[in-house]
Amino acid sequence: MEQFLQQVINGISLGSIYALIALGYTMVYGIIKLINFAHGDVYMIGAYVGYFCMTSFKLGFFPSLLISMLVCAILGVTIEKIAYKPLRNATRIAVLITAIGVSLFIEYGTMFFVKPDPRSYPPLTGLMTRSFRIGNIVFSAQQILIISITVVLMVLLQFIVKKTRIGKAMRAVSLDRDAAQLMGISVDKTISFTFLIGSALAGAAGILVGIYYNSINPLMGMMPGLKAFVAAVFGGIGIIPGAMIGGYFIGLVEVMVAGYGNSMFRDAVVFAILIIILIVKPSGLLGKETREKV
Amino acid sequence: MKKILTCLLICVSVTTLFAACSSGSKSDVIRIGINYELSGDNATYGQGSVEGIEMAIDEINAAGGINGKLIEPIKYDNKSDAAEASTLANKLVTQDKVLAILGPATTGAFTSQIPVANKNKIPIATGSATGDNLTFDTDGSVHPYVFRICFNDSFQGKVMANFAFENLSAKKAVIIMDSSSDYGKGLSQNFVETFTAAGGTIVAEEAYVAGDTDFNAIITKIKGMDFDVIYLPGYYNEAGLIIKQARTQGIDKPILGADGFDSDVLVDLAGKDALNNVYFTNHYSTIDEDPAVLKFIADFEAKYGKKPNAFNALGYDLAKFVADAIGRAESLTGEAIKDALEATENFIGVTGTLSVDENHNPVKSIFVIELKDGEQHSSVKVNP
Repeated sequence: MEQFLQQVINGISLGSIYALIALGYTMVYGIIKLINFAHGDVYMIGAYVGYFCMTSFKLGFFPSLLISMLVCAILGVTIEKIAYKPLRNATRIAVLITAIGVSLFIEYGTMFFVKPDPRSYPPLTGLMTRSFRIGNIVFSAQQILIISITVVLMVLLQFIVKKTRIGKAMRAVSLDRDAAQLMGISVDKTISFTFLIGSALAGAAGILVGIYYNSINPLMGMMPGLKAFVAAVFGGIGIIPGAMIGGYFIGLVEVMVAGYGNSMFRDAVVFAILIIILIVKPSGLLGKETREKV
Repeated sequence: MKKILTCLLICVSVTTLFAACSSGSKSDVIRIGINYELSGDNATYGQGSVEGIEMAIDEINAAGGINGKLIEPIKYDNKSDAAEASTLANKLVTQDKVLAILGPATTGAFTSQIPVANKNKIPIATGSATGDNLTFDTDGSVHPYVFRICFNDSFQGKVMANFAFENLSAKKAVIIMDSSSDYGKGLSQNFVETFTAAGGTIVAEEAYVAGDTDFNAIITKIKGMDFDVIYLPGYYNEAGLIIKQARTQGIDKPILGADGFDSDVLVDLAGKDALNNVYFTNHYSTIDEDPAVLKFIADFEAKYGKKPNAFNALGYDLAKFVADAIGRAESLTGEAIKDALEATENFIGVTGTLSVDENHNPVKSIFVIELKDGEQHSSVKVNP
């Protein structure tokens, strides 16, 4: 039982990261029906910005977190303006291929500047190195940090989407872009804002992974990016609470497969889930069946 | 149009003729290829080896070269990629006309250039590729042009299993291995065979693949088991993270590894506090008392401003080993150098004295090193 609870904690920590990345996927999909494959790389940039804040500028964790969220937000908006906006009326496949191109560009561009070698985050100090025990169950300070920061960011996101004017605009654009425009909503601004929020969340996930696992490299965004995509599809792509649930679910599944099954199968199981979901309920856990309008 | 083509053709053939002449006439230097992992996943192995090689070549050239001829090293980065290593080996042999190639440092990348060596009759030698079957062809015959100066994985696995059983009085072991590399699989197989033959039991065998970062699930799983030691045959990137996560979860049992642990990155990733009660087999130890080793350490520190690790020492020995054979060779051809390499006996290097056996493997001793607070604390020498 203790072992099970420990695995649950491991799974929730890992799932928090997936959930933060999945939110960006799902928000962007919800608003412009684009699977933004460059999203995992924004997360990688977040990890590197955090790394340089902490090593070159000797900043603490929280200032570094804010800076990497800010840099990623700017990066996300820039990507949208340069790569996706000119293709607003192009076919969906054209935009999708562009997204893959942007992803490769960021990965290998970063590799050129920071070299492909993995880097290790600076050692943490003080309270962050502590671990806490309840019976035989160990919580590390980083796990608590990851889980709590994720929860705070999710509450904040819910507040923005549900209670603010810009959130209302986002929901309107996602429901019907043309009608929203007729009502006087600036569609371009709203889309940019969606990229801004999603990318900031990915940046936060990047720096959290940096302090948790201590190792970052320019291709670190690929696998978590794909798994977060699975999480978003699992919860129902385009639905914000679905991405959260999906993220935690994928994290838990991965840990349980490694803990009680065979550690070699964990990635296979995650992608098997994607296939099953697409066959059984393509709209995802929280998705409603929608008919394509003709 | 036809005229232009003819002109072009003549130009091209003339330039190739000149190029061929210029590369053939430069016989006052001995060209040696250096094909190493200078970037990518195994970069610290490659960079470390090359530092040692360059120091050895500088020493040889400062002393007048080999029989009056200076060594001209030609260095390429294979980016820790096996395909790239093979391409570069071809380039070194056909374009740069080297007499021998040093490197790569890891088994996978080194193996990929073996066909190039055998086909072109150019000896290749590595300081650190420890894969068991490295020097053999699939049919069991020895690759004629392939040499190494490090022990193989089965020896490392066996020594560590005996050490765990006798020196640490361990009876139950857990294995966490890198299943994506021949290195991890070979080591764990040999450890398991020796450990169970001695009377120990393997409680669990867990596996991961290179590039994984989250090992908490595996660690939580083995935390509930009854065991004395963890055997962790893998490279420093993942090993560092596994050690850190295991110590964070409160596992304080001894963790055993192999020469893949010998990197400063391991200390960065795991943290000094986690690296206690950690043992690994290695080619050489910085706390050795041998005067030749002490001189090497002092010279290395003067040149690079840091203590040499095993890869630095192996690179240094490798360059000296090949230079020694070139000096003894009857002529400056790949075949003569191969014969000289085969005849090496009691070559004295900083990683021990070695002779080349009939399988092109060295006969030499091994060290088991204990880490305390991330530093080498004690070492035990085991002879073959």
